[in-house]
Amino acid sequence: MSVYFPQKKLPYLLVLPQLIITAIFFLWPAGQAFKQAFYREDAFGLSQTFIGFGNFIDLFQDPLYYKSMGVTMVFSFSVAFFGIAIALWLAVMADRVIRGKMVYQTLLVWPYAVAPALAGVLWWILFDPNIGPIALFLDRIGIHWNHFLNGDQAMILVVIAATWKQISYNFLFFLAGLQAIPRSLIEAAAIDGASPFKRFWDIVFPLLSPTTFFLLVVNLVYAFFDTFGVIDTTTQGGPDGSTNTLVYKVFKDGFIGLDSGGSAAQSIVLMAIVGLMTVVQFRFIERKVQY
Amino acid sequence: MRKLTLAMAVLGLSLSGSSFATTEIQWWHAMGGANGEELNKIVKEFNDSQDKYKVDPVFKGNYTETMTSAIAAFRAHKQPAIVQVFEVGTASMMAAKGAIYPVYKLMKDTHEPFNPKDYLSSVTGYYSDLQGNMLSMPFNSSTPVLYYNKDMFKKAGISSPPKTWEEVAADSKKLLASGAKCGFTTGWQSWVQLENLSARHNVPFASNDDGFSGIKGTKLLFNGPLQVMHITKMHEWQKSGIFSYGGRRSDSVPMFYSQQCAMYTGSSSAYGGMVKNAKFDFGVSSLPYWASEVKKPNNTIIGGASLWVLRGKSKEQYKAVAAFLHFLSTPKIQAEWHQFTGYLPITHAAYELTKKEGFYKTHPGTDVAVLQMTASKPTVNSRGLRLGNFVQIRDVINSALESVWSGQATPQAALNTAVERGDVLLRKFARAHQ
Repeated sequence: MSVYFPQKKLPYLLVLPQLIITAIFFLWPAGQAFKQAFYREDAFGLSQTFIGFGNFIDLFQDPLYYKSMGVTMVFSFSVAFFGIAIALWLAVMADRVIRGKMVYQTLLVWPYAVAPALAGVLWWILFDPNIGPIALFLDRIGIHWNHFLNGDQAMILVVIAATWKQISYNFLFFLAGLQAIPRSLIEAAAIDGASPFKRFWDIVFPLLSPTTFFLLVVNLVYAFFDTFGVIDTTTQGGPDGSTNTLVYKVFKDGFIGLDSGGSAAQSIVLMAIVGLMTVVQFRFIERKVQY
Repeated sequence: MRKLTLAMAVLGLSLSGSSFATTEIQWWHAMGGANGEELNKIVKEFNDSQDKYKVDPVFKGNYTETMTSAIAAFRAHKQPAIVQVFEVGTASMMAAKGAIYPVYKLMKDTHEPFNPKDYLSSVTGYYSDLQGNMLSMPFNSSTPVLYYNKDMFKKAGISSPPKTWEEVAADSKKLLASGAKCGFTTGWQSWVQLENLSARHNVPFASNDDGFSGIKGTKLLFNGPLQVMHITKMHEWQKSGIFSYGGRRSDSVPMFYSQQCAMYTGSSSAYGGMVKNAKFDFGVSSLPYWASEVKKPNNTIIGGASLWVLRGKSKEQYKAVAAFLHFLSTPKIQAEWHQFTGYLPITHAAYELTKKEGFYKTHPGTDVAVLQMTASKPTVNSRGLRLGNFVQIRDVINSALESVWSGQATPQAALNTAVERGDVLLRKFARAHQ
């Protein structure tokens, strides 16, 4: 009997490090945030009052919060769409290249190594209305670029910066996906006289759909949560809140505004939104995915 | 035997003496670059000047980061003894009564020599309570001034810098006619074009004496006729090229460096950057006012930061803090800091010393800020601003002004929205500090 005894505990022991990490770095802070969402507190934590759902009521009465939600939707879906579309195109092209294949593939992956904040700074300099080469070029062809004032341009800037970084990541997955597609399928279609476009649309794209679906989920989560650095280094949510995404607003209200209760309430709502979105994606979109 | 006890006692004393020999305190600050090096130099001077105390300066990033990390540290009981907090954080610090050790009280408790009259009243006013007690120690204060490109002025045939906004408009027209791309641009738009505008024309920015007489019920008032008129004018000027908007904070200053704009209204502490970056002859003049509104303008109000002492340290450490703050206020150190950085000298003695050394003669324009600050006695409307959640209110104001510059809202509507949104933030602050 004693031979089996350690094995009962062993599995738990082996997952324990992971459980501890999850508990310390996720469950405990999340629990704190949950608690804070129901309190009103001054910045220094000298006084604390329980106010029930007060923070949530404030939040849902704030027109700026709804604006931020809209901004987040536009931003996230743009980043996910362009990130996936451009990466797919590049992957298909790179997959076809015969000479210098490795060079293309390596170079296309590089931007992923750039930290989000740095990516933000790079694009910010390129588009700076006073000194940025791209802004000066646009000015010459008649487009007056000033993301300090123009909310749509500011949005375009953060979408470009956030997408550029994500393209590399998506590219890797698509390339792997493409290489996993049996050559015989495509060759058979080619012999049957299917054009390259038709071969892509009817064979390659459906076979890539698990990858695409996976990337859609990952990209949306990326756009929702990991683009903080890009926004902080470029627009800081401006002008007039036109790039103030939900996650940036959590930071701004909590760490700059020092409103811990309101910020905690926002992060709980944000967590619920992303959870809901992921469930919806798996329930409705995954059905159409062919594995 | 007696000898031995004596020897033991001496040994014990010297041991305990040595373990208490240096009291260390931390100072969290937000001074990067050249100013940061100068700060370290000053601290080293203090540490070398005596062997009882040691100050350990820690650079914590920009103003917001420094303040928020100090607050987070306080909540975790790991706070520094001294923290540098920018002027918009003043009300938040002041309201945290259990967290701060008011400077006047610290100096009294530690019997450190301290005379509030030594300091420029237009500087200390910002950091004093209603009874005139200094709650924090001013350190780096600046005030808005007008920089102008002397070469471009000469080309346009203008002999002296504009004193009033009327003259700014007239001169700009001449400058545009002589080939300039824009007349002027501004840094820190909320601070220069609304906060200081109100102070200079003796108009309240917020109720409750600009927030000085209480947190409860304070409301913003910057959507009054003067401010709306000024922003309307600036919007008109923007259309005719007299004014050009170049972004928040001091993001617009490259437009002055690159000679697109002939004038720049910004912080007096931008002087060092001007010397380094302007490849032309430039001058400094006082911040313009509307001659149609006032005969003689008020003083301008300050920006920059002050030093706050946090609670929770030992008596010995507070002695070190007091000694260090005293050291910082000595004329020699203040004059050195003022001359190097372009920040205001915070004491009269430092100003006199700098004058005596002939610094203002060799660096023309560096005294403009001081003279402008001390030209008149501060009124209720020009003491400064004490508003909770001011960091966010600035953000709201920036957004509102940007909606004017981009033509999305009229000046009146934009300022009304800003007041409305800002009032919500003030109410929130008041509720958290009941």
